[in-house]
Amino acid sequence: MAGLELLSDQGYRVDGRRAGELRKIQARMGVFAQADGSAYIEQGNTKALAVVYGPHEIRGSRARALPDRALVNCQYSSATFSTGERKRRPHGDRKSCEMGLQLRQTFEAAILTQLHPRSQIDIYVQADGGTYAACVNAATLAVLDAGIPMRDFVCACSAGFVDGTALADLSHVEEAAGGPQLALALLPASGQIALLEMDARLHEDHLERVLEAAAQAARDVHTLLDRVVRQHVREASILLGD
Amino acid sequence: MKETPLSNCERRFLLRAIEEKKRLDGRQTYDYRNIRISFGTDYGCCIVELGKTRVLGQVSCELVSPKLNRATEGILFFNLELSQMAAPAFEPGRQSDLLVKLNRLMERCLRNSKCIDTESLCVVAGEKVWQIRVDLHLLNHDGNIIDAASIAAIVALCHFRRPDVSVQGDEVTLYTPEERDPVPLSIHHMPICVSFAFFQQGAYLLVDPNEREERVMDGLLVIAMNKHREICTIQSSGGIMLLKDQVLRCSKIAGVKVAEITELILKALENDQKVRKEGGKFGFAESIANQRITAFKMEKAPIDTSDVEEKAEEIIAEAEPPSEVVSTPVLWTPGTAQIGEGVENSWGDLEDSEKEDDEGGGDQAIILDGIKMDTGVEVSDIGSQDAPIILSDSEEEEMIILEPDKNPKKIRTQTTSAKQEKAPSKKPVKRRKKKRAAN
Repeated sequence: MAGLELLSDQGYRVDGRRAGELRKIQARMGVFAQADGSAYIEQGNTKALAVVYGPHEIRGSRARALPDRALVNCQYSSATFSTGERKRRPHGDRKSCEMGLQLRQTFEAAILTQLHPRSQIDIYVQADGGTYAACVNAATLAVLDAGIPMRDFVCACSAGFVDGTALADLSHVEEAAGGPQLALALLPASGQIALLEMDARLHEDHLERVLEAAAQAARDVHTLLDRVVRQHVREASILLGD
Repeated sequence: MKETPLSNCERRFLLRAIEEKKRLDGRQTYDYRNIRISFGTDYGCCIVELGKTRVLGQVSCELVSPKLNRATEGILFFNLELSQMAAPAFEPGRQSDLLVKLNRLMERCLRNSKCIDTESLCVVAGEKVWQIRVDLHLLNHDGNIIDAASIAAIVALCHFRRPDVSVQGDEVTLYTPEERDPVPLSIHHMPICVSFAFFQQGAYLLVDPNEREERVMDGLLVIAMNKHREICTIQSSGGIMLLKDQVLRCSKIAGVKVAEITELILKALENDQKVRKEGGKFGFAESIANQRITAFKMEKAPIDTSDVEEKAEEIIAEAEPPSEVVSTPVLWTPGTAQIGEGVENSWGDLEDSEKEDDEGGGDQAIILDGIKMDTGVEVSDIGSQDAPIILSDSEEEEMIILEPDKNPKKIRTQTTSAKQEKAPSKKPVKRRKKKRAAN
């Protein structure tokens, strides 16, 4: 779309945010009663739903069981009405497989799998708008809801680079414009990067700034998620009558 | 078949070596293996060898109708296949995870970075565009498929020539290669992937891991850059925890490596172009034949054969007579006999007479009357008939010979006759009677 300014002269983006501002995030935990853990998150217009089952016994082939750790299984699917054109295959295509693989790697590193040997943890994510960041945040909340021990929150955020400024938390319009996009999943306490993914051309000199912007945004997401979790625990304890 | 599991010893060995900054093939931490690029006879076909990892890349094109939402752009299609000859673990149904990962990485690296100008592939807007298809086949897996595949893809694309098309009003003319020279694709830049393998939770890092190193690594970071130092793709996989400065350091290293590899690619392309223009031979057959030895030639050495006979007679006269060969059978026990020479055996009764030195026959027993050899063989006094005789030798393990009741005196000894005194071999069984040769 020619003529669309992603960053205006006064530093405002298309939707009125500043360069480092996140979109509005709303999250709920425990949306499904039957699953061990579940969460729903809305990041701007992107909605993601995550469900966790486990740790339970390995389904399917026993041979896949690892003797000292739990097996983490992730599946990702995106709703057919989620993207600009209606998608015909919600799962099984390459992009969904790749997303599932990446989620699995992220959470295998974050979950303390040594505590549950020979068991399996399933994470199912369904996203509307299909960005990695929302999926990871939803999955983190769901895993916490299920009570599975993790090293730390896994907070993810995307970042881009326009006109010499790094933008945090890209919306669909900014993504479609085709500039460089970085998706980062971070463990906020230690600053370790669990997953890093970048597309499109970015000059090496700007890499540091974009990384820093994404990391800062992820830490902001962390404060939000932390608040959501504490709120949820408070509600649950009220109901239990403590 | 299932992949052979890596033994714990091998894993530990590799990790320890990496901790000491040593690699199995002697490379340094940031060294690439040898890259060899060879081209086929057709345009757009190449084989890239990164060490022993081999990838074949082939580009083909076709006129199709464009996608509905991108009516003025051509279509790029990438496909990487892990052929079953690459590794025993690759089977038609079994490869999905790795395959998905590699394919998505190739797609993101080459398509999203817009290295090819897709608008130039448009022939008639909305009706006919070129569809460029890049097929990559892994022929041999020795680690680091991604780098080799990305090099193969970009080299094949640079090498490819599509048929020329001209549009006049509504008429589209497609020229065959004979009518008009085919046209190269317009390539903006060449993105090349560089892989970094991390070990011990990110403490150690290696560039261009080979297959063994890949098995023990914690995770992989792939950075795709072009020679203008623009990062096209970053992908971390394997669940490693990285720190920001590690990523920045890797990107700097990648910049250096990509510059070297790009130079290599350009030189290879130039060479091939030159050979084709000069009418020389090109193609895979040419690049392979040079490595084979088809003839083994040795220089003739002049030998003077004038007085061979006299020399031979002299040698024969001076030599000692050959050892006699005993042809009578020697009976050890009822049922066990021996004819001729042989290695000393350590079984059986030694019924033969005592003093038999100078015998050519193999295993005669000789008594050593307490004479010491200078190799230090000692013989303890021949004691009672039933006691075991111990021969001690500093070079040998202790050897105890248990003798049967009847023949105490037949003991295994080493001769002290004036023949050669060779050091006894380590194992008693293997001791040969050296006297044979000296006779």
